[in-house]
Amino acid sequence: MGPVLAGVLQLLALIGALALAYVPLGNYMAKVYSSDKHWRVEKWIYKGIGANPDTEMRWVSYLRGVLAFSVAGVLFLYLLQRLQGSLPGSLGFSSIEPAQAFDTAASFVTNTNWQSYYGEQAMGHVVQTAGLAVQNFVSAAVGIAVAVALVRGFARSRTGELGNFWADLVRGTVRVLVPIAAVAAVVLVACGALQNFSGIHEVGQFMGGSQQWNGGAVASQEAIKELGTNGGGYFNANSSHPFENPTPFTNLFEIFLILVIPLAMTRAFGVMVGSVKQGYAILATMVTIWVGFVALMMWTEFAHHGPALQAAGGALEGKETRFGVGGSALFAVSTTLTSTGAVDSFHSSFTGLGGGITMLGMMLGEIAPGGVGSGLYGMLIMAIIAVFIAGLMVGRTPEYLGKKIGSREIKLAACYILVTPALVLIFTAASVALPTPPNSMLNSGAHGFSEVLYAFTSASNNNGSAFAGLNANTDWFNTTTGLAMLLGRFVPMVFVLALAGSLAEQKPVPATAGTLRTEKPLFTGLLVGAILIITGLTYFPALALGPLAEGLA
Amino acid sequence: MNNSVTNTVRLFGAGLRALLMLTLVTGVIYPLLVTGIAQGLFHDKANGSEIEAHGKVVGSSLIGQPYNLPLKKGQETPDPDLKWFQGRPANGLGTNSLNTQYSLLLSGATNLAADSEDLVQQVKDAKAAVVKNNSVPGYTVKPSQVPADAVTSSASGLDPDISPRYADIQVHRVAVKNGLPVAQVKKLVEDRTEGRMAGFIGEPRVNVLELNIALKDLVAER
Repeated sequence: MGPVLAGVLQLLALIGALALAYVPLGNYMAKVYSSDKHWRVEKWIYKGIGANPDTEMRWVSYLRGVLAFSVAGVLFLYLLQRLQGSLPGSLGFSSIEPAQAFDTAASFVTNTNWQSYYGEQAMGHVVQTAGLAVQNFVSAAVGIAVAVALVRGFARSRTGELGNFWADLVRGTVRVLVPIAAVAAVVLVACGALQNFSGIHEVGQFMGGSQQWNGGAVASQEAIKELGTNGGGYFNANSSHPFENPTPFTNLFEIFLILVIPLAMTRAFGVMVGSVKQGYAILATMVTIWVGFVALMMWTEFAHHGPALQAAGGALEGKETRFGVGGSALFAVSTTLTSTGAVDSFHSSFTGLGGGITMLGMMLGEIAPGGVGSGLYGMLIMAIIAVFIAGLMVGRTPEYLGKKIGSREIKLAACYILVTPALVLIFTAASVALPTPPNSMLNSGAHGFSEVLYAFTSASNNNGSAFAGLNANTDWFNTTTGLAMLLGRFVPMVFVLALAGSLAEQKPVPATAGTLRTEKPLFTGLLVGAILIITGLTYFPALALGPLAEGLA
Repeated sequence: MNNSVTNTVRLFGAGLRALLMLTLVTGVIYPLLVTGIAQGLFHDKANGSEIEAHGKVVGSSLIGQPYNLPLKKGQETPDPDLKWFQGRPANGLGTNSLNTQYSLLLSGATNLAADSEDLVQQVKDAKAAVVKNNSVPGYTVKPSQVPADAVTSSASGLDPDISPRYADIQVHRVAVKNGLPVAQVKKLVEDRTEGRMAGFIGEPRVNVLELNIALKDLVAER
């Protein structure tokens, strides 16, 4: 069997596994967020918070909960890093400098996990496990909560109430993320991922001498890193490090973990709005784009254009032997079409077009299938834009899921899709125009520009992967990427929740013969088209200067 | 005004308490639970898959290591010890620049672009070296025979494996340097070649450390 066929079979196996998980997990999540009952452990947590989980919140209260929790998260994580030098259980590692500590705190709280530090030499057990890994869970739970609030906006009428943020946050963590992550972590350890709390290991070598590496709670963090579409590696090499991703099976398993919740969210959405077919239409849109990108990526990586790759006879620079080109292409597309940003191979050394595909995946807004929660709400915003465009074509007021898309709704949706492009393009332009930031580039010319464009695309879209040649540990990049991550996460959430509130207040419009049937393949086609055209028009000039110039050279 | 400040403080307090409660669940209970299970059921793997030869730990089967001669005077990069199978280049691997009381392996890739002149040069130099080192009397390696993994740096810099093709072109050299019959070394490689998992997952590979340990045993038996 050739590597191309093996790659295609891995793709098919992955689709099969995801299809098996889709209905049970989606139904389960719909139940989790609709149930009236509280688990005992949840009641203890609510008591600790001092919140009543049965209080309904309007969108402003819900948003205030999100922001209060996230501000606490940034401050706590910042302090933990700044105090690392004095904390026990930190391997004697020194404290993190202020600019980098801010960048890292913003990064993990926003579900981005952009890393301007080297995990294995900078972060001790306490920061990794009680700081970074915790945000892996809770930032994911926040994303799901906001998506659920938007779904409730569609499902409910004549009320402004969107549910209770604390209940959604705690349930997402306790009922969804922790159980799946625990099982996944044990699977990873069984295949060779590290899981201990020992100090620095010093082991002998075959030729004499010794090597040192740190132990730690790697598997438990790796599991939630993928499952919560976070992406921050325990080690610098992220999921290419054999202690994070030891075998070809774990590679496929980790890709499965990345995709499973974002895809199943469409099922939960369908169940909650009372039409699983609407969920299938959204799912079909996500899968169409994802499969298309995987096909393009495999084609360009197996073709290995580019002088260095031609000289080598294959695109294996920055890729591991056990994963090969197929497994790496699959991972790269899945991590950038979600908000994950974990890498099992280094995107900077991909073919010019391959690097461009990873960037374009993020520029789509990470909606195919996107981050946990953020993928669904991002896609629903695009669906609103698509029905609006369709409404303009036939000259009638657009509706989606029985709700009128009036001027307030479309303004909020339009604001949502403007936030990240504005952040990406303004910060990239500033970084290239100013005298010193370009010194951080490793490569020159088009690829150097791509490094900067990639950095801000990744930060603003809360992805976290990098063209890692860029030296991002400077005051400029730590500060600007930190801001891009915070604004790129929370400003869109404001628009999503405002939209949810406005939808929930409406009374439903009965469907008529003139209503656009949003559960049909025609709508899926329209939605895919709208996404590609809007993103293409926004980013084409920037892409032309970077990856396209490199890929076509 | 006063009221809104109080409300904000109260809300922030709730946020902080929620964070602490969830830190207890996801940052203390969860990792300890997983560590307990891992240490109980998969003790060796959870601690780094260390591998022993002749009663001595010689590394981790998951972490690649160099097989070089000692550094000669005035030399910056050591020469490979051609008696042993060689792993992939690791030009992105580093040592720690922080917390220098340790000398930690700093995993990483070169991140050089596909059109980088530096990378083209690295690949060409590596290919020339592979051709030269592995051509022994009666067996000449052609540049077209050299597989890509032999001349490119891995993603982690710690890749424990090489492709079976790269192992194959090293067989003659290793046999000559150790005074072993070619067929015997060839068999050694074949026995240690791992196919794709379940026939289609990943790529076929040979673990270099395990191969060299077996080779050492073979040499000792003679």
